[in-house]
Amino acid sequence: MAGTAIRTGRRSRRRTSASRENVAGWLFVAPVVAILGLFLLLPILMALWVSLTDWNGQGSPFRTGVPFVGLDNYTGLFVRDDLSRRNFMISIRNTFSYVVIVVPAQTVLALGLALAVHRRTLRGRGFFRTAFYFPSVTSSVAISVLFLFIFSDSGAVTELLAIFGVEGPQWFSDSRGLLHLLLSALGLADVDAPPPVLTGGGAFGLSWWEWLSGPSVAMCTIIVLAVWTTSGTFMLMFLAALQDIPVALEEASMLDGASRRQRLWYVTLPMLKPTLFLVLTLGLIATWQVFDQVYVMSQGGPAKTTLTPAYLSYRTAFRDFDYGSGAAISFVLFLLIVLLAALQRWVMRDRDAVGDLRRPRPRRS
Amino acid sequence: MPPAADRDAPARTAGRSRGTGAEARAPAAAFAGYAVLVFSALVFLYPFVIQVANAFKTEPDAAANPLSPIPDPVSTAGFERVFLDTGMPLWLGNSLLVTLVVTAGRVFLDSLAGYALARLRFRGRRALFSAIVAVMAVPGVVLFIPKFLVLNQLGVYDSYPALVVPVIADAAGVFIMKQFFESIPVSVEEAARIDGAGVFRTFWSVVLPMARPALITLTIISFQGTWNEFPHTLVAVQDPSLFTLPRGLADLVSGSLGAGTRYPLKLSAAVLATIPVAVVFAVFQRYFVRGANEGAEKG
Repeated sequence: MAGTAIRTGRRSRRRTSASRENVAGWLFVAPVVAILGLFLLLPILMALWVSLTDWNGQGSPFRTGVPFVGLDNYTGLFVRDDLSRRNFMISIRNTFSYVVIVVPAQTVLALGLALAVHRRTLRGRGFFRTAFYFPSVTSSVAISVLFLFIFSDSGAVTELLAIFGVEGPQWFSDSRGLLHLLLSALGLADVDAPPPVLTGGGAFGLSWWEWLSGPSVAMCTIIVLAVWTTSGTFMLMFLAALQDIPVALEEASMLDGASRRQRLWYVTLPMLKPTLFLVLTLGLIATWQVFDQVYVMSQGGPAKTTLTPAYLSYRTAFRDFDYGSGAAISFVLFLLIVLLAALQRWVMRDRDAVGDLRRPRPRRS
Repeated sequence: MPPAADRDAPARTAGRSRGTGAEARAPAAAFAGYAVLVFSALVFLYPFVIQVANAFKTEPDAAANPLSPIPDPVSTAGFERVFLDTGMPLWLGNSLLVTLVVTAGRVFLDSLAGYALARLRFRGRRALFSAIVAVMAVPGVVLFIPKFLVLNQLGVYDSYPALVVPVIADAAGVFIMKQFFESIPVSVEEAARIDGAGVFRTFWSVVLPMARPALITLTIISFQGTWNEFPHTLVAVQDPSLFTLPRGLADLVSGSLGAGTRYPLKLSAAVLATIPVAVVFAVFQRYFVRGANEGAEKG
């Protein structure tokens, strides 16, 4: 009898402590849940509704009078032959050429810097690490202002090029595409009279010639800025991964007579593979969102060649007061980023399995 | 230095030339390595030299010698004009206020939630944690219109609360704190609980003091993130008296004052925006490094 009493007593005590922990747990997370719910989840749902309407910013978008247009704002971006589709496709083209250059460039640069800074015998490691990382922590707006000056017509880059006898372009007003310039330099096409094969056909309202322009000269300034500011962060990730490689592995490969290059290729890089794919994923996701630099440096110009989906979404909503279309653009961008993340994860898992098979056998010479 | 015999053995089989590191390589190669590193460091740092130098130049000097690191003559006109002609004093004040409130709020709220997710067994904990991880993946730029909508609907658009409240908690910070609390041994808390301390008491006076390194990391990255925050201010306020420094600076460059070149003025404003983060970075560098790497793990 006494035993049962003790047992029920203990159970009830446990129950009260469990329920107390239950209440405490929810009280502890309540502020964060409220803020993320109110300013993240709820707004996304609200914007999803707005993307299905023609709300113009007057009054509440949830009144009965707001015209419901269904998927019209979305079809406008892909199907209807008008200015909003053209702008959207131009922004996709610009950002695609931006991503294709920035992601590999920043990854290779970050990896190179990390390998250079990681050397144990290097003097002044701390200084170099700081120097490479510093641009990553400063304000994107301040950096953009600085780059406006550096690339201005009488700026540092122009002066630097002049030292080598090169006449720099007028960076921010030059809308010529790099690929176009390359094609004409090779004598394959004339920028002023593009081949009719390419101007005749096209997709989504842009001719093949327009799709193939590559980043404009103006976009190149933003590309340089992006590579310069993000490499430091990714370098730190590579450095952390390099420090995790067991010294024994390196020593073993040295004893086996592997050369520096062989060690890099068959020992270090396979060990860095997960970080490499992480850096690529994060890079892809971040570059598709480029906004601050465009807002400060170019506002989408010249000739729309620095228009990006994020900036276009902002401009469509807050300058043209077409909130429905602006929200639709941001949801398409959202979907694109989710797909990219999923795709990269899938590739990463696949590659890792192959890497694991090769990893235990660094001896190749 | 390892024994010479040890290093010679592999060197002989691999054919000479490749040693164990820089010290075994020809001095020329080591020198070239340093030269490349020094050149890279110059590429990464010289733009900041240009920024500071040109902020102290006169307008004709900045236009004629943009590359020169030495202002000739030294002029503080840029800084004077930025304080007299623009909203700079106000922007600085707003930035300071917003950064302090948001940083304090984030550190407190994120640790509360991080602790609960790491230690307290409450119903729905796992689901909530998955939700927070999912929220971290939501790209910031798709939130422009959503945030504006909710601020507008709540009637707080264009106010201090609009600048502060939506960003006063962040999922990444919760994640960092949770990871840290999980690394602290449970025994200490259990002792406190047996002594009769309540949940909050245990958290506040036992666990939190042990979490100092994580708290400093979170403080630093919150400070940096909030001080530099730009897009949120774009959709939260439009009244120039509510501008923070990045917003004011962006306005200065693209607005009416941006019409002329006036680079010394703009660059002095950019210098002012850079200094606080640069100082914090210099003092707490290792915490930045930790923050960057913790941020990486979440991906």
